[in-house]
This record gives sequence, structure tokens and C-alpha cells, in this order.
Amino acid sequence: MITKQDFRRINDYIWEIPTSFHPQMKVPVWVFADEELLEDALGDLSITQAVNVACLPGLVGHVAIMPDVHQGYGMPIGGVMASLVPGGIISPGAVGYDINCGVRVLASPIDYQSAKPYLSDLASTLYRNCPSGVGEKGSIPLTTEELDNVCRKGARWALEHGYALEEDLPRTEEFGCLEGADPSKASKRAKERGRGQLGTLGAGNHFLEVDVIEEIYDREAAEIMGLQEGCLALQIHCGSRGFGHQICTDYVQDFQWAVINYGIQLPDRELVCAPIDSTEGQAYLAAMKAAANYAFANRQTLAYHARRSFKEIFGSQAGENPLRQVYDIAHNMAKIEKHRIEGKDMTVCVHRKGATRAFGPGFAGLPSEYRPIGQPVLVPGSMGTESWILLGTNTNEELSFGSTCHGAGRVMSRHKAKREIRGDLLRQELENEGISVRAGSMPGLAEEAPKAYKDVSRVVEAVSKAGIAHKVARLHPIAVVKG
Amino acid sequence: MKDKSDLTATEGFEEIEHTADWAYRVWGKSLEALFIQAAKGLYHLAGARLSDRPETIREIRLQGIDSESLLIAWLNELLHLHESENLGCDRIEILQLDERNLQATVTGLPVQQWLKDIKAATYHNLAIRSTETGFEATIVLDV
Repeated sequence: MITKQDFRRINDYIWEIPTSFHPQMKVPVWVFADEELLEDALGDLSITQAVNVACLPGLVGHVAIMPDVHQGYGMPIGGVMASLVPGGIISPGAVGYDINCGVRVLASPIDYQSAKPYLSDLASTLYRNCPSGVGEKGSIPLTTEELDNVCRKGARWALEHGYALEEDLPRTEEFGCLEGADPSKASKRAKERGRGQLGTLGAGNHFLEVDVIEEIYDREAAEIMGLQEGCLALQIHCGSRGFGHQICTDYVQDFQWAVINYGIQLPDRELVCAPIDSTEGQAYLAAMKAAANYAFANRQTLAYHARRSFKEIFGSQAGENPLRQVYDIAHNMAKIEKHRIEGKDMTVCVHRKGATRAFGPGFAGLPSEYRPIGQPVLVPGSMGTESWILLGTNTNEELSFGSTCHGAGRVMSRHKAKREIRGDLLRQELENEGISVRAGSMPGLAEEAPKAYKDVSRVVEAVSKAGIAHKVARLHPIAVVKG
Repeated sequence: MKDKSDLTATEGFEEIEHTADWAYRVWGKSLEALFIQAAKGLYHLAGARLSDRPETIREIRLQGIDSESLLIAWLNELLHLHESENLGCDRIEILQLDERNLQATVTGLPVQQWLKDIKAATYHNLAIRSTETGFEATIVLDV
């Protein structure tokens, strides 16, 4: 049982569990949170899971835990760890089953007042055009060869097939394509699952949401990002679907042998890992990149359907491009990056699970217009509450390996949410508040109720005060589509 | 299992609290019974409802490093049967189960309803424990 007394307060927003807490810990754990969020984190097994992660071999710096942390499996959701390259490990469980689950935000020139009479129709059209829900197949069935091309090219595949605009790609993490993806490292079963699911949202916490940009906090940055107060924005939250899930499943199973072969001691078998420079580690990395590229193409295809929906509803008012891409980011990924850690320049494999890369101004991997302001960070709230657009900072490199939060973070179990909340009543409440809701499953809707999540603005305040992100704009939801 | 109504019975498994995902405890007099209860729990949590026919028989052969790895492979195999062939298991016969191998014959029926997208069964804190009455385990599903 971990209590607040086990932490050393570094400042009001950073709390440390030192390695002296547990003899197996290789690095400390840093939690980014105010006192209340820290107490929330102690309400489930998040911090115990973070301590388990800190026991993995080959880690450097510390394990960074975001204020939206909640209990997951193996690594908590909202965790960041960095392992040395070469010499360290890579862990499929520390990336998660939904490889490159992420968020895309697009901004519209259409203002809320003009859109208001059409919101219900817009929600229905998005629901119809963007396949969602359990087992729903996509509109782009792929041959195995074409799937391999998606894996190699990511968002560029979507551009070549008319689902993207040239300007979308630079405004996507890694320009929508991770180099080194190898589809031959994904199993036949993974490919079977992936072939029919491109361009689908899925179910669970994945969603499409239309928002109004409610308040701007950094006018200069907002202008560069194309965000106008009072205008609409659209968020797409989803990942690599069954393709990524199967790749993680396969490698978590394969790595059970690898830990025996390499003599790795684990505090939790879901944290199974292999040396990053081993055959097994390299195979997973190449397969993970294939899934990541699939996810970039998936969100890009959904963006295409969203643009089509806006044109159907708003006609010429929508203009040539009714939704300009602001940015697309991953929040479940392992990436090889260079960081300055404890005063030394190191190459590390940064695992972010429920955490977002958030590089600051000057980062060369950004399009030229974003280089002066830093990388956009997209933080969706819970359904019915606000979301945020932030920017990365340069101070977060030594604090969190250039990472920040990814959402609100759950505080209530799905089981409890289903017991306490009725999906149909929740939908009515949201409709009464002016939020059009289209959902495939009412129990599924209940599980995602705002009450089940932390206050996202409190989370954003914590990352802002801790210096690991910078506020740009707050969004308010007006239409939600869920599977 | 005598009929498909058994698939949604609660005997032998119970859902337990987990903040973000789903967890359930399963128990049985033997390892075979534990594996069957784990399958029942999975279908129950997914909200699976099966059609009456046609029946499809599938042989499942799995290998693992121990009973826990077989349990996870078993549940992921059942998830795959649903996603690839839209089959849910109506009857399960475990023919062989030791520390390294599982062989089972399952009689599948088309899935009429499947309410919940389950990404995978995970190894999180997984341990099959001996109890006074048999075996038990707690399984976390990523949803």
C-alpha cells in the first residue's frame, strides 16, 4: 500500500517516490500532479504499477507519471519510461494493445452560431459516414499487399489514395509515417484483423467530437494553428484497431519466452520485455511501427469522412476545405529519441502509454510554421466536458522526456459507471445541455460518462504549472459520435 | 456446458472493480473447469448472445510456458474466433491440459449479439492459485 507519506515533494506539482522505497527499483518515480490529483492517483493501483515499471532493467532517469494517470495493466495509463539504446529493453505491454491510439484535431472556419441549427444533422451524418461500433467493418477493404503498403507508408498511403490533403502530413506526428516499419513482422492473424478495419473508429473510449473553440489562452499560437474563438473544431480519437491489438497480443505472448532466455526478472508478467537490440526486440519495434502507420492512415481516412460530412451539411458555406488539420498525435507508442537526462545526452527508447509527446519550440520534426511555437498537444476531456489544445515546452525534456498528459483519466470503474449511470438518461442530459449524441451502445455510453473521469482542466492546470505543457485553447463539445 | 444459456450464468466467475479496464475472478474444481469458467466469464462480459445454429466444430491446440500463458492464449483464441468467424463457443471439451499444452474441441454458434469490444486478455498480475476447493485466477481484459 503506497501512501502520500512515501513521496518526496519536489515542488507543488512534482512528487517523487525514491528508489529507496523498494529494493528492486532501478529509477525513481515522478508524479506530475497537484495534491488532489495525487490523492486520486492513490485511489487505485496506478502508483503500484508505476513502481513495478521502475523495477524494469535498463531504465534511465525516472518513470514519469502524468496527472491523468489511472490503473491499467502492467504500466499505468499515463506513464512514460525511457530505456537506454542500446542496452535497455522494449516492452509491448508498456505501449499497450492499441498501438498509436491518438488524437487528431481539425479546425473549421464555420462559426458556432451559423452551425447551431444543423448540429443534430451533422452528428447523424458523421455517425453514418464514419463507421463505428463493435465489429464494424470499414469502407476500404484491403488486400494483404495493400495492407503492407499502409503499414509502410502510413498517412502517405491515404494521400496517394485521395483520403488526405498534402498539407495534412506535416501536421501529423512523424509526418504520419514511422520509418522502419516492417509488415512481415506482423502475424497473418494480425493482418486478417487489419484488412477490413481501415477507416473505422471502433468502440470503447474512442470517439469523434465536434467542439466550439470556447476560449483562447495564447492568441499568437492559436492564429498560427488556425484556431478561431467561436468557430468549430473536430476531434478524432482512435488507433490501430484489431491490427495493433493482435500485434501486441502476439508479442506479449512471444516475449514470455524471451524473458526466460534473457534472464529478465519481472514484477508483473504484463511488463514482459526483451533487450531492444535483440532479434525479438527489433522484431516488435518493426511490427509496432507498422501498426502505428496503420493508425495514422486510419485517423486520416476518418478525417476524410469527416470532411465529406461537413460538406454534405454545410455545402458551399464549408468552402474548399471545411476542416484544416491542426495536428495529429499518438499517445501509445515507443520511440527512439535523443534526450538530455541527468546532464548527459542519451539515446533512449521512450515508451509513452496514455501520454503524449510534447516537444517544445525549435524541434526540427515540426512543419516550419510550428517550429517557433512548439508541437501541438491535443487533450480530449471526457464526453460532455471541455477539451484542450496545448503546446509542448522546452522545459519538459529533463522533467518528462518531452512528454505530457493525454486526457482526463478515469476515476470510476466501468463496472461502477454502468451500475450508477443509465446511458439513455445520460444521453438525454447531454442533449439538454446542447450536445448532440450518437452512440451505438447505451451501456457503452454510460461507461464513458463525465462522472467516470477526472476534471480535465485540473489535469491541464497541473501540466501547465509543472512546466510540461503550455495552454493555447479550450474547446467545448457540441456533438459526440461514439461506437 | 449443456446449452448456450450456461454461457451467461454467473457461477464460477465474478466481475471485480478496475478503473479503466475489466477484471474478473474465475474459479473451478480443476484447471479444466477454471479454463471453461474463464471462457464463460469472457462471453458474459462481452454481452454475447448466440444463434441456435449452424454449429461449427473447431479444434484448438495451444502451447505455452505455463498454465497462465495457456489461459491467456486460450482467451485470446476465443476472441479471435469471434472476430474472424463470428463464432461464440456453446460447448467446450478440454481434451488435454498440462503446463505446456492445451487441446480442446469447441462447438461454435454464430454470434447474434456482442456488446463489448475486448482488445485482449492480459497477463496483468495473473497467477493461477490453488485453493481448498480447486483453482482460481483474476484476469484483466483490455477494453
